[in-house]
Amino acid sequence: MLQNTLIYPLIDTIRSIGRSGLFLLTGLWKIITPPYKLFPIVKQLHFIGARSLLVIVISGIFVGMVVALQFYDTLLRFGSVALLGSAVGLSLIRELGPVLTALIIIGRAGSAICAEISIMRNEHQIDALECMAIDPFKYLIAPRLLAAMIAMPLLTTVFVSVGIFGGYFVGVILFEVSPGSYLGGMYDSVLWRDILMGGIKSFAFGFIMIWVATSKGFYLHLARGGHHGSEGVSRVTTDAVVLASISVLFADYILSAIIL
Amino acid sequence: MTDNRKVIVQLENLSTHYGEVIALEDINLTVYEREILVIMGHSGSGKSTLFRNILGLMMPSSGSVKILGQDLTRLSKKELYALRKNIGVAFQNGALFSSMSVRENVELPLHQHTALDDTTIQIMTRMKLAMMNLADHEDLMPAQLSGGMLKRAGLARAVIMDPKLLFFDEPSAGLDPVTSVELDKLILQLRDAMNMTIIIITHELESAFHVADRITILDRGKQIITGTRDEIRACQDSRVTNMLNRLPGEKQMDGEAYLRQLTK
Repeated sequence: MLQNTLIYPLIDTIRSIGRSGLFLLTGLWKIITPPYKLFPIVKQLHFIGARSLLVIVISGIFVGMVVALQFYDTLLRFGSVALLGSAVGLSLIRELGPVLTALIIIGRAGSAICAEISIMRNEHQIDALECMAIDPFKYLIAPRLLAAMIAMPLLTTVFVSVGIFGGYFVGVILFEVSPGSYLGGMYDSVLWRDILMGGIKSFAFGFIMIWVATSKGFYLHLARGGHHGSEGVSRVTTDAVVLASISVLFADYILSAIIL
Repeated sequence: MTDNRKVIVQLENLSTHYGEVIALEDINLTVYEREILVIMGHSGSGKSTLFRNILGLMMPSSGSVKILGQDLTRLSKKELYALRKNIGVAFQNGALFSSMSVRENVELPLHQHTALDDTTIQIMTRMKLAMMNLADHEDLMPAQLSGGMLKRAGLARAVIMDPKLLFFDEPSAGLDPVTSVELDKLILQLRDAMNMTIIIITHELESAFHVADRITILDRGKQIITGTRDEIRACQDSRVTNMLNRLPGEKQMDGEAYLRQLTK
């Protein structure tokens, strides 16, 4: 009884963590070892980055607008509306930009990548790669890892930029805050350290997102319960989205605590 | 059959366990050059595990697997990949990459393993597709192909590097009788035209008796018999006779008569 409810799941979890760690090390090793092929990386950059641009822009504008709205209402009570630009800028650059971009990309690209790789596992396409002497880590995993780590900081930059303009629209155009105090306050209060924090976070979140998505899909056949087929694909994809989202929020706290 | 022919695959005392479950027990098998060996058995007999062991996708618990003289169980990953360039594998459903066209799927190994220019690769790919009667379908996506076409496209990809050894998993499964016979003819052509050694895994009796030089029958992880078609027919082991007589849709016929009809 105890074995089934506690010990076996615990052993399974430890094995899974070890497997994912080795998976990551192998994937990273394949990034730095030749042969280097640019096209697969560009293809993944297009999928993760370019094709996520529209949703990032739309989300960024509305997040910037709502952040400005909330801060305007709060700052008005303290007579500190001039700090609106600083508040919007700092919150977007340090926190909301990296986290929300990561959560959006997990939902849009992470889930798709996990589903794609798990279907490849399910339909023996990964076995076929092995049999053709094509290393699946080099061919499938390494380009995705690298592309996600490049794309996420760029997407976060776009998100933050349009978010700041969304905030500008609400603060300056709708509530008639002085444009000089909005932009000037932001310029004065945002330090390089804040930008670095946002950059580190977005890179780390991209890393977590792609690690979880690819490893969950790749090891579909070893997942607990061992269900294959469409049910197995849907289950690992859901697991990947949930695990990646929680991991990003956890990492956000840890990184904030370390950097601040 | 004489033993002075070149040995391509040799399994010695191969056993594979999944925890306490024995999937394969003490399998001994030799496949010679230009031979077509068919491995048969019911579901759960260990065919797929044997397939994965021979391909090095899974290591056996004990015993050895020698392919082209090299023991898979002792090879490094790099050596295993080098060996696999001499092996073609056609999976049951083709295992084609759904995001690539038929042509792109077939030429993938050439792009990955050779320094040939694009024109040469295209010519080689078209030759193989023509051999598989898929010349007019090279730009289609796998989702647009029928079951038989998927298998033939998978076969084209498996032979694109002109391998010495070809594995074919369930060539006839899910195909109509006409397509199945066409695929069997194709397998025989590959052996005759390209001098390939071919190992087929199937549970289709008709196809097996049509193409096989020798047949191995597995039952619950054990090798019951390996022999020519006549030796299999003559075998009195009840597990073999049960299998030969358990023909879906042919139960009303006399098993021996049916086999004679098949192998005329």
